[in-house]
Parts: sequence; structure tokens; C-alpha cells
Amino acid sequence: MKTVRVIPCLDVDAGRVVKGVNFVGLIDAGDPAELAARYDAEGADEVVFLDITASSDGRGTMVEVVERAARQVFIPLTVGGGVRSVDDARRLLRAGADKVAVNTAAVQRPELVSELATEFGAQCVVVAIDARRAPVPEGMAYGAGWEVFIHGGRTSTGLDALEWAGRCEKLGAGELLVTSMDRDGTREGFDTELCRAISDAATIPLVASGGVGSLDHLVEGATAGRADAVLAASIFHFGEHSVAEAKRYLARHGVPVRPVAP
Amino acid sequence: MIAVLDYGIGNLGSACKALVSLGCDARLVSDPATVGGAAGVVLPGVGAFGRCMEALRGTGLDAVVKEVVGGGVPFLGICVGFQMLYESSEESPEVPGLGLLPGRVGLLPPGQKRPQMQWNALEPRSGTSAMLAGLGPRPWVYFVHSFAPVPAGWGPDRPAVGAVVATCDYGGPVVAAVEQGNLWAVQFHPEKSGTTGLALLANFARRCGEEVPGVPAASRAGGKFAAARIRVGAPDMGA
Repeated sequence: MKTVRVIPCLDVDAGRVVKGVNFVGLIDAGDPAELAARYDAEGADEVVFLDITASSDGRGTMVEVVERAARQVFIPLTVGGGVRSVDDARRLLRAGADKVAVNTAAVQRPELVSELATEFGAQCVVVAIDARRAPVPEGMAYGAGWEVFIHGGRTSTGLDALEWAGRCEKLGAGELLVTSMDRDGTREGFDTELCRAISDAATIPLVASGGVGSLDHLVEGATAGRADAVLAASIFHFGEHSVAEAKRYLARHGVPVRPVAP
Repeated sequence: MIAVLDYGIGNLGSACKALVSLGCDARLVSDPATVGGAAGVVLPGVGAFGRCMEALRGTGLDAVVKEVVGGGVPFLGICVGFQMLYESSEESPEVPGLGLLPGRVGLLPPGQKRPQMQWNALEPRSGTSAMLAGLGPRPWVYFVHSFAPVPAGWGPDRPAVGAVVATCDYGGPVVAAVEQGNLWAVQFHPEKSGTTGLALLANFARRCGEEVPGVPAASRAGGKFAAARIRVGAPDMGA
């Protein structure tokens, strides 16, 4: 059967978790490895580390973080942020990552996706797509789809998100991580139309991201958005909801998930 | 020592890390000469069948696998390390497999997203399995694959043919685990399947004679290192 994965995402800056994390009982709430272990224990299906380190000096620390996490967490671990080459990916995979996510570098040099797929297999390659709704032209009811943005959503590319998603799949991506830049940080819920449009066209799995503020939003991502996995950050980090609660809520609302261990 | 075969592709270290976390003496081994004397051998594999097969042959570890499996040494194949035991794969038709098990590797049933990249529940297909002992009646494990073995004579209506001990449902039954004496092989990733996967690896480690203090043995009834054998198909006995 198809089950929907629930994936907490941790933003990591120079080896530390940056968004407020509010767990009771952690020795070091800023340690990504310890948090990942906590999410694993709660029933997370995977964990994503997003490296938002701005300086190149800080980047090496991500490899150490992954190494530490991989020694204690035995669920899939995806690492994104700053992966620009096959060598970058190799370092993270060797350290214990199971998948690497590429975003800006893939848009700038799409062959990177096929290089990674050839070297490590498509199952390792996640293409992260940051998309924004195209503006609604005057006199029209809706805009022409979604545009891909890079550099953390700051730079427009002129690429249509659906076309880019299709191209990534052909290039050998194993999964798409689709973030709505319109919804990211708003807590208003996923852009389910964006998710659905890409998910219906894709034959590879789609992870919905951006905008989760409640457990109902996770349900919407899986149902209206037809996502194969739902990613969230703040609702888990701030201790509003545990991953276990999220999964029970999804199951109660008819979304199949891996049951949480009793 | 448990030898985890390292033939130079992708990330093959995870199974080793998981075994080490259980307190086992597990090592990544790339030199065929070093495998001799290992109490058990793990063959992991990620990526494309053809690329894995060629890399395995390139290191000479293919002969080691044949020797180990034929010689009764505990063996565990994981993912593409499972698929390579068969004669061929639809993914790379020009590259022959190891041919240790009769059958081929085929694309997952149509109508579902590929790869299957998710947790799925195992359906036990045989009365007994030492590998799955103590994992519960329907253990959940993590899959990442677009292809899966199709043992000779196996079919949805004959789901236990070819020593298949478990399938999962993904647009129809898909072969998930095979157990034939010392040869254990799984399509899913026990090293990425949380505590359930660690329990499977602990079963393997015990079979190799390793003490696994961290994970309670399902049963010690058969002697200190004997693998527990329970009827996984019977719901009342699923631990």
C-alpha cells in the first residue's frame, strides 16, 4: 500500500539548529543529531537537514553533523543546501546521508542531476524546487502556473515549475521536494494546487513543503495536494505537535501512514 | 567479524554503521582476501543493477559472495545486494547477475510511483523465518527501489515460491525477503528501518555468533547463538 511519509525538517547553520526548538529533556536542543534521534523516536519517517550556512567556512561542519546523526539515527536522512557538485554529494553520502537535495546548482547546471543519478543512483537524488505563483495578469482570473526561484527564493529564473519538475525527472531525479515560496513561513498551509499539479504529472514521489501551521494542513497536503510525503518544520520544533500526534491525526483522517510504535 | 562488502559504489556504509551501533564487530571490507574467516557477510547495494554488478566483479568480491553463500557462512543481501543474487535484471539486461538464485529482477507493478520510496508493511509468506523472528506480525520497513526480484516460478498466486518469506503490497505483492538456510536477503533497508530494522540486523548478528546486548533476543530457546524460529504467519505468536 501507499503510505504518506511525515518528515520533520531542520534548518542547520554552521552545525547548529537555528529555528527555535522547544523540546523538554534534550541535553542540547541545538544539536541536529540529537533532535533527529528525538524525531526518529517519535515516529518520523525520514529527517531532512537543510544547511543554511552562509559562509563557506561553516560548510564542513555539516559533514560532521551528518556523521554524528548517522551513528544514532537509523531512518533515512536527506541533506540539502549548498550541494553543488558530485564531490559535495559524495562527502555527505559517505558521512551517512541517504539522499542529497539540490536546488540552485541544479537550475544553473541541470547536468548535475544526471551526474548525481549516474554516480549514486536516482534514489539518492532529490531535486528541491522553490516555486512562486506567477502574477495574475490584468483581466485574468488566475496566473500562468508557478515560477522556479533559486538562492533561497531570492532570484527568479523564468522557469515554469511544472516543466522544470518534468525535466528533473528525465534527468534522473528520484524525488521532488516542492516548496511554495508564497506559503513558506506563513503557516497558512501548503499550496495544494502546486503540489497536485506536479504530483499528478510526475512518476516519482513528491514531498510537499512550505506553509504548514496545523495538522489539518498535513492532511490537505496528502489529499488535495496528492503529496507522497509531507514536510514541516515549526509545528514540530516549537513543540506544538509531536510527529506521533501528526501521524495519528493523518491516520484518523483517512491518510495511510506507518503506524507509530505503541 | 562481520564483513560488509565495499565495492566502491555510493553509500554502502550504513549497514556497517547499524551493526556497529548494535555492538557488533562489523567492518567494511573491499579486499577479497580479508573476507576469509568472517563469521558473516553482508552485501549491500544501491543504484543501478548493472553498475553494482560490474563494480562487484571489478573487485573480485563476486567470487567471494559465491563462495560464502555456497559454504554455509551467514549471508545477508540488501536491496541491489539482494537483486544481484538472481540471474538477470530488466534494469540492465546486458549484465548478468550472480545466478545464485533462479529467477530475474523485474520492474515494479505499473500504476504506482517509482521508485517505491516509503515505509511498507511486510506480509509473512512462510511458516518460519529466523530473519524475521521477533519483528512482529506485520513489521514496517523502509523501501527505496524501482525493481524487485521475481524468483523462478513465483507469482502473486504462489507468493512463497523461491524461499520468499515476506512480500509487501505495492500495486500487488512484491518480493521483499528471501531466506534459504544461511542465505538471507531483503529488498528493503533494515539499516534505515529504525528499531525494526535493527532487530533484523541483530537476528543476523546473533546467527553470526555476535553478542547483541542492546537488542533483546526474540528467543534463546535454541541455545546461546541459535536463531529463534517462530511461526511468523500465526498472529497469536507474532511477538
